[in-house]
Amino acid sequence: MSRTLAQKVWDAHVVRQASGEPDLLYIDLHLLHEVTSPQAFDGLRLAGRAVRRPDLTIATEDHNTPTDNLLTISDPVSRTQIETLRRNCAEFGVKLHPLGDPQQGVVHVMGPQQGLTQPGMTIVCGDSHTSTHGAFGALAFGIGTSEVEHVLATQTLPQSTPKQMAVTVTGELPEGVSAKDLILALITQEGTGGGRGYVVEYRGPAIEKLSMEGRMTVSNMSIEWGAKAGLIAPDETTFAWLEGRTFAPKGQAWDDAVAYWRTLATDPDAVFDKEVFLDASSLTPFVTWGTNPGQGASLDSSVPDPESFGSESERAAARRALEYMDLQPGQALRDVNVDVVFVGSCTNGRLEDLRTAAEVLRGRHVADGVRMLVVPGSAAVREQAEQEGLHEVFTAAGAEWRFAGCSMCLGMNPDTLSPGQRSASTSNRNFEGRQGKGGRTHLVSPAVAAATAVTGHLSAPADLAPAAA
Amino acid sequence: MEKFTVHTGTAVPLRRSNVDTDQIIPAVYLKRVTRTGFEDGLFSAWREDPSFVLNNPVYTGASILVAGPEFGTGSSREHAVWALNDYGFRVVISPRYGDIFRGNSLKQGLLTVELPQEAVEALWALVEADPAVQIEVDLEAREVRAGGHSWAFALDDFSRWRLLEGLDDIGLTLRHEDAIAEFETRRPSFGVLVG
Repeated sequence: MSRTLAQKVWDAHVVRQASGEPDLLYIDLHLLHEVTSPQAFDGLRLAGRAVRRPDLTIATEDHNTPTDNLLTISDPVSRTQIETLRRNCAEFGVKLHPLGDPQQGVVHVMGPQQGLTQPGMTIVCGDSHTSTHGAFGALAFGIGTSEVEHVLATQTLPQSTPKQMAVTVTGELPEGVSAKDLILALITQEGTGGGRGYVVEYRGPAIEKLSMEGRMTVSNMSIEWGAKAGLIAPDETTFAWLEGRTFAPKGQAWDDAVAYWRTLATDPDAVFDKEVFLDASSLTPFVTWGTNPGQGASLDSSVPDPESFGSESERAAARRALEYMDLQPGQALRDVNVDVVFVGSCTNGRLEDLRTAAEVLRGRHVADGVRMLVVPGSAAVREQAEQEGLHEVFTAAGAEWRFAGCSMCLGMNPDTLSPGQRSASTSNRNFEGRQGKGGRTHLVSPAVAAATAVTGHLSAPADLAPAAA
Repeated sequence: MEKFTVHTGTAVPLRRSNVDTDQIIPAVYLKRVTRTGFEDGLFSAWREDPSFVLNNPVYTGASILVAGPEFGTGSSREHAVWALNDYGFRVVISPRYGDIFRGNSLKQGLLTVELPQEAVEALWALVEADPAVQIEVDLEAREVRAGGHSWAFALDDFSRWRLLEGLDDIGLTLRHEDAIAEFETRRPSFGVLVG
């Protein structure tokens, strides 16, 4: 029978199938971080259980880590959580990339950069942005702490069969429009619940043309429209990116792996439960105006009138969002001034994202009164960026060049917005208070973030005056 | 996990959609390493507003939360479920949930009932007219009853059985340890080994 990519990966991991019960799936890779794991390790201790496969488990420190230094975690509660992870990893034999380690960084940057993330794998993590790894053709999804404990103890998860959806992106992205704009536009089109119950496959010429970094940005935000996972079929781009990385197969094993990975593509006559289409050539730089990622619009447009929405529930949500965001219907989005620009996160904290932002900032300066933070997704990304001299571009422009971590994406460390402050952020969530209590977030691409930093209001690079030579 | 059969209690009407898990419990409360005591974090930003529904004394002691669509979207933090449980909620009713939140809730004995928007609107009206109205949530019959009305809800048989019996997932899976061990012998040899 014809199957989709996701179904093939699923089928290859079924440990046990029984009528009326969820399938028991084997998990190839379990990623851990300090926030969602301590209670899971406690559960193991209470039950006298071991980690079944420490060799398929890896941890990093990211959510609480400081980005202004590598030595001192000033908040004692954050420090305790990090120290708890270190103790748990030592006790249960789990490999950890701690603060200061060259591979430390945001969990969804750390895995792919080492070649741990590979096509056809099942990957889970106590973090909703685990969908990022779907960019490699892996079935990857976020889980809660009870499930983290379940995977630690059994290396499996009971899972009900999801429905299958194809998102076909036709055409070509116009110059200056990125993977981030694409996914923000899709989420606005489909709504925050549009993907619920589905594993999504992104496909079509515009997806095939994306780099691995761009694909990761798209897969990363699958959860923001409710999808369980977001996969992209592995192809030459995927193989080229993976080859030679630390954990990628070598020699004959590499050839065998590539041969297997090629079989994973969705069969031509496979049937999806739902299909969605998007025309890439119609897209523009895209930003959010509201307090959920589905409340977005073209940068060329204005803040919408809440009364223009179809349902009372959407109208009420939009009214509330505009009040929280302190915006007026009809206000041009380019007229929205920001206080802070954040470049980073598991969505846009990779080398390509930093290159894009640096290219816009080269020969330009961050506007007076605007604070710009550039937070590499991992220590390795930071190192590579410095080898390319990107840090000098950022600091010359007046931006802060920081150490790796989740940082202002969710403000668990000291990098937060103050009440009333407004940001343009390359992260994934514009929820109320997400970046700090009372903070207001506009989700943007790295290019829009950098251009916004230069003008002080939401802008695209095309809006900027030529840079100084 | 405590068994869940029938729960009867009063409700809080939360007339909001897209109540993401950052609202249910902000990240600042996620730094703890314990599994209990999260009630102070529940809706902590919204609770600072005296007019927020949870601050209305007529709803004190309520154990059922009735909310708009897309409840529990966003972050995977199970702390959202712990906070609702610790505050005293046993049931949430909403037209639609974030997937990960829903999964977490059913593992922690917090029954997340999915009812259509019309039923949620009817419950809001009922509770706002009489905050003392008793709402009966019957998992055995998969039915919500209040004010002379009743609404059937869907929940898969397996999840329902686990909740009715109060069963622990890990214990259930470990009954199949032989199957897991057997599977491990036939995994592809080029798989990643971290250690």
